[in-house]
Amino acid sequence: MIAEIGHYALILALLASLAQAFFGLIGAARNHDSWVATVRPAVTVQFLMTSLALAVLVVAFVQNDFSVEYVAANSNSALPVGYRIAAVWGAHEGSLLLWAWILVAWTFAVAALSKRLPAGFAARVLGVLGLVSLGFHAFTLFTSNPFLRLDPAAPDGRDLNPLLQDPALAAHPPMLYAGYVGFAVAFAFACAAMLEGRLDQTWARWTRPWTTVAWAFLSIGIALGSWWAYYELGWGGYWFWDPVENASFMPWLVGTALIHSLAVTEKRGLFKSWTLLLAILAFSLSLLGTFLVRSGVLVSVHSFAADPTRGMFILAFLVIVIGGALTLYAWRAPLLRSEAGFEFTARESFLLFNNILLVVAAGAVFAGTMAPLISDALGLGTLSVGRQYFDPVFLLPTLPLLALAAVGIHSSWKKGRLGERRKAILLTLVVGVLVAVVLVLGAWEGAMLLTPIGFALGIWLMLSALVDPIDRWRRGLSLSRGVVGMAIAHAALGLFTISITAVESYTRERDLALAVGETGQVGEFEYRLRDLRAVEGPNYDALRGEIVVYENGREIGLLHPEKRNYWVQRQVMTEAGIDMQLTRDIFAALGEDLGAGRWSVRAQVRPLINYVWLAAFLMALGGVIATTDRRYRQESAG
Amino acid sequence: MTRFLLPAGVFALLVAVLFIGIQRAPEKTVIPSALIGKSAPAFTLPVLGSDQQFYADSLRGRWYVLNVWGTWCPECRNEHDTLLEIARSRALPVVGLNWKDDDSAALDWLEQLGNPYDVVAVDREGRVAIDWGVYGAPETFLVDATGTVVYRHVGPLNLQIWSREFLGRLPRASAGGGL
Repeated sequence: MIAEIGHYALILALLASLAQAFFGLIGAARNHDSWVATVRPAVTVQFLMTSLALAVLVVAFVQNDFSVEYVAANSNSALPVGYRIAAVWGAHEGSLLLWAWILVAWTFAVAALSKRLPAGFAARVLGVLGLVSLGFHAFTLFTSNPFLRLDPAAPDGRDLNPLLQDPALAAHPPMLYAGYVGFAVAFAFACAAMLEGRLDQTWARWTRPWTTVAWAFLSIGIALGSWWAYYELGWGGYWFWDPVENASFMPWLVGTALIHSLAVTEKRGLFKSWTLLLAILAFSLSLLGTFLVRSGVLVSVHSFAADPTRGMFILAFLVIVIGGALTLYAWRAPLLRSEAGFEFTARESFLLFNNILLVVAAGAVFAGTMAPLISDALGLGTLSVGRQYFDPVFLLPTLPLLALAAVGIHSSWKKGRLGERRKAILLTLVVGVLVAVVLVLGAWEGAMLLTPIGFALGIWLMLSALVDPIDRWRRGLSLSRGVVGMAIAHAALGLFTISITAVESYTRERDLALAVGETGQVGEFEYRLRDLRAVEGPNYDALRGEIVVYENGREIGLLHPEKRNYWVQRQVMTEAGIDMQLTRDIFAALGEDLGAGRWSVRAQVRPLINYVWLAAFLMALGGVIATTDRRYRQESAG
Repeated sequence: MTRFLLPAGVFALLVAVLFIGIQRAPEKTVIPSALIGKSAPAFTLPVLGSDQQFYADSLRGRWYVLNVWGTWCPECRNEHDTLLEIARSRALPVVGLNWKDDDSAALDWLEQLGNPYDVVAVDREGRVAIDWGVYGAPETFLVDATGTVVYRHVGPLNLQIWSREFLGRLPRASAGGGL
């Protein structure tokens, strides 16, 4: 019975979203106050119904209701209850429902916090959001319903894919979706502004905090995914330029550009049409990314179209939402004019170049991600694009971007007064270069051409971001949250650059073949396999190794890598053994049984790798701090 | 003001590519198998419920179907009625590959639901399934008289797929079931 309640709730949510879209958009266009007044109740109904549907699916998983096909396919009675809940978004149907719920939750938050906005404008924002959730509810109900029954019921479920049985991955999709969907709010604000034909600095002030929070969620989501890939996939890498990763990274890059462009629009009333376009693009890439990933189209065109109705539905939805917004843009954007001018070395210029470089980087990733798909669709054969393309093409715009940021932080609005800040700029640069040279000379082995450049840029940017706020703080001057958040985020970008440089330059890795008691050499490190024994988990049994790692004869780490065999899915998983230290990770993963008691062991020592994710979290933290700035609270409070 | 139309134009191109991708797709198999056009991997496995061994080579000279299944797989249960129907038609010999399963559970299953297989080979370790590149159960392969894999279907069969993709590939003379 309970699955049917979820199904009905979802149908009611669909109807509520229809009402929300209709009364919001048409009511505002015709100036019907009573229609506009129905929008907020419709949002509330939609929120309650979607929450009910999601709750029902969670209950079905927790109670092991294997008469529901989706539960039977993605859970098992031996699965721990936490993962049973995470299994809700373990596959296509449930992910869509989670996506829709997060969208409705954001909509609900916008409805609650937008009471001070002009009624017509708020109605249009909520109307656009209603249209998007209408599409998602319809897609879920008509092509991907998670509430369908299995008759006869399965005696037990097929279990959650063991790859997904991991805390970081349980949290990764909700974070990622919160980011994706958050850009829907910026998108809706942009569409509403275009519909009204009015876009001013207050518009940018309303949009900014929503966008920054969405960006922070997306940053954390991507970092969690990367962290998971690092220790769960057992390859020891943290970024693979995989289409699925790219799909989340493109909206992040464009979203980062949007945050900066919104700053210019808010402070100076410039870049209006550009900001609109970025708001549309950020969400379009999120939508495209979700669908490409969920439908598997990027892995292979074939699985996308394996269900042609699903494929056509997706395409029609993309055409309506993205195509509609871009048409609106082509019609309305020419009407927006910015009068104010600025000097070449003013902050506006730096942010303009920031935008160009970020969009170029996103474009390069987009081209590499879509190339196999395009080549396949045009019948040009299969094509695979890897690191050899992505690494250089991505670094080309982003290295200058780092230098630009290090200088641009010191610039001021409108007037090019960089000359006055010459001392701070040069001093930080000199310190950055000196420290980089010392680092590289101190650990020369394995350094590459980009190693000193990466260190110097990272340190320079970090110092540049911090020098001003620290100076103000020392002199007892006030610091706004906006300034503090910005400093943290930019310093984090510097830290990110430093740690990526260290990882890429100084990682030691080797595949060893070890029997118990044997030792293998990895650079200056020694790996000794001390023990190998069978252990048992809740829904798997495993072989667990005990590896001691020595550096120059001194014991520096003890690792417990596992090779798990999950019973139900009959899948063998590698659980890497990682010793996290302050300045490095010592890593080992068990590979294959090579016979005669020997096992292949992937051994890696990676310096500073944890700072890559720490930096991503700090960036997100900076965004959140900036969002709590007083001027946004004053705006929403009165 | 054409520059404001540019994003919409680029998007239209993208839509065209995606549209072509969807249109072209039904001509292709869902998950292309590296095995198609190559000879079927040889194997020797115990026969379910007996002491005999089954040699895949013994089928050389005949077209046959290899169906991968397990009692732990709900989709296999969905597929079972179709398989019984196919077995009744006696169009082709159907070899079952019981994948990573429990022998007694498999025998119970066949007793309760009916046995569509001419013979069931037991792949307890899943090694043969790896040779065949099995993606997930149920999965069905069509092998021709020279021992070449002609077609592969991932997921449960239905009669429509059976007649279009399997029977449609047979030369007229080779139909006729049973081992």
